[in-house]
Amino acid sequence: MTTSDTTIAAGSAPEAESPSDGNYLNHAHGIRSWIFTLDHKRIGVMYLVSVVAALLLGGVFAMLVRTELLTPGKTIMEADTYNKMFTLHGAVMIFLFIIPSIPAALGNFVLPIMLGAKDVAFPRLNLFSYYLYVVGALLALLAIVTGGVDTGWTFYTPYSTTTSTSVIAVTLGAFVLGFSSIFTGLNFIVTIHRLRPPGMNWFRMPLFLWALYATSIIQILATPVLGITLILLILERTLGVGIFDPALGGDPVLFQHFFWFYSHPAVYIMILPAMGIVSELVSVFSHKHIFGYKFIAYSSIAIAILGFLVWGHHMFTSGQSAVANVIFSALTFSVSIPSAIKVFNWLTTMYKGSISLETPMCYALSFIFMFGIGGLTGLFLGALATDIHLHDTYFVVAHFHYTMMGGTFIAFVGGLHYWWPKITGRMYSEFWGRIACLTVFIGFNATFFAQFVMGSRGMPRRYYNYLDEYQPYHVFSTIGSYLLAVGLILTAVYLIHSLFRGRRAPANPWGGASLEWHCSSPPPHDNFAEQPTVGDCYDFSGLRYDPEIRGYVSDQGRDS
Amino acid sequence: MLAQTDGSFWMPTAGSTAAEEVDLLFDVIFWISAFFFTLIVALMVLFIIRYRRRVGRKAEKMATHNLALEITWSIIPLILVIVIFYVGMKSFLAMATPPEDAYRIDVEGQKWSWMFIYPNGHVDSELHVPVDTDVQLTLTSLDVIHSFYIPAFRLKRDAVPGRYSKMYFRATQAGEYTVFCAEYCGTGHSDMLSTCVVHPPGEFELWLESADPLKKLTDEQYQAYLTDPDAFIAANPEIKGLETPVDIGRKLYTKKGCAQCHSVDGSAATGPTFKGVFGKSHQMTGGSMVVADENYIRESMLNPNANVVAGYQAVMPTYQGRLKDREITALVAYIRSLGDEGD
Repeated sequence: MTTSDTTIAAGSAPEAESPSDGNYLNHAHGIRSWIFTLDHKRIGVMYLVSVVAALLLGGVFAMLVRTELLTPGKTIMEADTYNKMFTLHGAVMIFLFIIPSIPAALGNFVLPIMLGAKDVAFPRLNLFSYYLYVVGALLALLAIVTGGVDTGWTFYTPYSTTTSTSVIAVTLGAFVLGFSSIFTGLNFIVTIHRLRPPGMNWFRMPLFLWALYATSIIQILATPVLGITLILLILERTLGVGIFDPALGGDPVLFQHFFWFYSHPAVYIMILPAMGIVSELVSVFSHKHIFGYKFIAYSSIAIAILGFLVWGHHMFTSGQSAVANVIFSALTFSVSIPSAIKVFNWLTTMYKGSISLETPMCYALSFIFMFGIGGLTGLFLGALATDIHLHDTYFVVAHFHYTMMGGTFIAFVGGLHYWWPKITGRMYSEFWGRIACLTVFIGFNATFFAQFVMGSRGMPRRYYNYLDEYQPYHVFSTIGSYLLAVGLILTAVYLIHSLFRGRRAPANPWGGASLEWHCSSPPPHDNFAEQPTVGDCYDFSGLRYDPEIRGYVSDQGRDS
Repeated sequence: MLAQTDGSFWMPTAGSTAAEEVDLLFDVIFWISAFFFTLIVALMVLFIIRYRRRVGRKAEKMATHNLALEITWSIIPLILVIVIFYVGMKSFLAMATPPEDAYRIDVEGQKWSWMFIYPNGHVDSELHVPVDTDVQLTLTSLDVIHSFYIPAFRLKRDAVPGRYSKMYFRATQAGEYTVFCAEYCGTGHSDMLSTCVVHPPGEFELWLESADPLKKLTDEQYQAYLTDPDAFIAANPEIKGLETPVDIGRKLYTKKGCAQCHSVDGSAATGPTFKGVFGKSHQMTGGSMVVADENYIRESMLNPNANVVAGYQAVMPTYQGRLKDREITALVAYIRSLGDEGD
């Protein structure tokens, strides 16, 4: 912990309430108070536990995939099993982990408090969204225990309409999960529009809220398209309707258009909240006002809109016309500019700041490094000539792992550490936090950088068997993945340990100026006893570090 | 596939005119990316060190926005991506537009093999082309979506059931190059490989001529050939590529894609092994016993799901229209040579 400069103002009341005071965790007891809760904070915690369980499941599939790939041909499983492993890894990670992770687990908890509200606009709908998540997850589990799915998470037809695996269970699961996502988005949009307290105008909102707002727009506009597409797929499998299967008069490429019309915006559902978290972390841990607030805010909206126009870049080799290819390629490059703007603004925020490297900041910096690589490798894929070569190779696999995992997941872990004291009322070990972050960083890059080279050298994706020349890359990548797993297990260990043995957290351990740092850690049931005063959430000048409570307090000695 | 392992750090060997253009664009994007990535990381590390939190030092007050800066760092990347887009587009259109007089070969993908149909009707499981010649491939699939990918040529196009897609290339160096399937298609997706053989000048025509020797025989000649293959071959040296039925059958076993699913060493794969099966009685799904004689082997090629050996899935595609009668005879001879009731 670093110390601040000025003396402790006499008579200043510590802002943290003692742990025995009422907070949302001890407000009510018993399993029913959780199952029927309408408290956005408890719903957020239930989501958090659920998505982490999904992460673990998806992670097990990943380790099995990487282990199988240590040798060409059979290592630990047959081809059919391998095909199910990579399919389930993708489906579980995307639908059960990454898409809900930041919005539902962290957003649900933080958004109302950051906004200055008591809860979301529709608390019952919020709880219902969580139940839908659980139902969707159970359907996915049903698919797993009834033999799995072997289509790839993209369910391309006619393979998915003709294979004998549990396609219907998993697509029904994704369909239900889609509604969880839609209702969460709906709730957030209405909350941000209608529940802002006096003084909280749009440009006073923290950037994380702008990010969640843009994400929510995508969620409610794009997800229904996936829902309909999956229903059509199910109809084709059960009734033989003939929309996608050419044997029945259908068009298999039509499926790809429908599927990617959602699934491309979906990746922006994944990355926008992550970028919102990074904006918060970079500013708070540089102890300096975010640079370029309006440009960052608008860039989130721009990405949300432009993200709807580029789905065809997943289909450059599909046989769609050259004209379509050219237009989609051009539009794809347009999306890269708002993302670049964010990165430059974050760096300028750090410039002349006072930077402390607590674990959340370590993750924010890792994000900039890894999303930098992920985003730049998107240029190779957006350009037509290079994409023809790189499409469906490990280059693409590396690209999306750098953006989704090195991007979204890393920001999720950073945000988790950042809001951990607020959510749990405990501090975790900074020492182990930084060690684990470094381990994850090294393990991740070792796993996935080798895959870029393998891919550009021609190694196709979704391959159980492979030519001997690719083995060194696969071995290197697998060893990296084991290291990555160690880092993540270590993270889970010290975080869980903190729940029992962690130091009690002050209201404001990091020196943030947004509203969630004005209430106790954990927050009271109602978030705020009185309507909080809204100031500039990136103005840290009114805060100083108090070594007695190891947290930040108001500089003038009065509570805000 | 030695040619696959040459090349640079990032790329396999460059075997086509398209490869040269793609590699140039790849390098351009790479160096632009490397420049910006290094810049970003260097600044990040510099700032962490230079502006680290110290006692008595707060963050310096400075402007929280700067329009000129925002515009600059929007415009410069915008110009760069426009350049990248443009070069990518031009190169792509060049490779997507086959010349009118390109040599045409049809390609059929199916689970899990590729078939190449040459203008003279010859069907092969390998792609043979002449060097320095424009070649157009017309792709389709007989079942699910596959994707035809030759890394050395930097080319890929999906083979979609129910439609035809076109692909064009011009190979620049003789050699053998791996062909992969690049769209997931089930159990055998990662085994759905083939080879593109690029012939030096003059040799492609020779290969094509001797590729289908049985076709060149009149019915009379064919009967004479069957009666005494060795004598017929010795007496007719001008018929290129003619070998005994067993030897031709052995070649067809690979060329026609049988090797994808049927071994000849006794091991079970997607389909039963051919070793030691001829003339013996085998159990079918459903319980009946069938003798694997010439008729059964022929039926299995033309109507494979009529009698499937017990323990195997009914996934074999039909070769109706894709195997000539004489080729079936040769294949039967080969399978018979792998062990019949005498062994």
